[in-house]
Amino acid sequence: MTFAFEIPLLVLLILTAASAMLVKDLVSSVFILGSYSFFLALVWAWLGAVDVAFVEAVVGAGLATVLFLLTLFGTNPKDTRLRRPPTPWAAIVGLPLLGLLLMYGANGLPEFGDPASPASTHVSPVYLANSLKDTLTPNVVTSVLMDYRSFDTLIETAVIFTAGVACALLLRRDQG
Amino acid sequence: MTSFFLFVLLMLAALILVYLYRVAQGPTVFDRVLGLNGISTKSILMLIVIGVVYDRVDMFVDIATGYALLNLAGALAIAKYLEQRGAV
Repeated sequence: MTFAFEIPLLVLLILTAASAMLVKDLVSSVFILGSYSFFLALVWAWLGAVDVAFVEAVVGAGLATVLFLLTLFGTNPKDTRLRRPPTPWAAIVGLPLLGLLLMYGANGLPEFGDPASPASTHVSPVYLANSLKDTLTPNVVTSVLMDYRSFDTLIETAVIFTAGVACALLLRRDQG
Repeated sequence: MTSFFLFVLLMLAALILVYLYRVAQGPTVFDRVLGLNGISTKSILMLIVIGVVYDRVDMFVDIATGYALLNLAGALAIAKYLEQRGAV
């Protein structure tokens, strides 16, 4: 049941990614990247990672499109036409081989949702057993993000704040 | 019932292909914008149908609302861009 819908989604992903690289001007490329993010978010939602899907939709489809367009605001129109060098033969031969290698390696991965996979048996049971006692937070994800990994989250927030300040400074126009 | 909703999802994916052709091929920027808006609408519908398949409609409706709001913000940014640059 899961499999029947994954294939059309992945085909759409590949089609959007390829056409984002192949179109001739940057504005169309930005639009197609927006739809690529929508499909990626649908893939996350289909796999049950709803929070990741939401972040992908917010950052990929919403924020990135707006930021790219703001960048194109400040660009000369003649610079948004693309002149591509021809694709080297090494890429045409090598990348499909790399894809085959990855598909061969994917055979060794555990099944989707397998309770006996290493990811589900290694540390997750410890968190599930102790998080309420350690942190008094009923939501396990929140307790992992905000308590066990609070320094990680704090510094991530600092990185995002710095990036936001840098974007605001770069995109500020017509003042001073 | 699940196979019916799966069929709906596949049909929506096929519809998106039509829009995608317009976005990638479209002679003018306006074709691409309209195609992108259509794709976003279909994605929102797909999200809700996925919610029905997983029996968690309440949560997926929230996310679909978020998508729709983002889609509005993106469309406004695109419109602003086209207004500043003139019809490309």
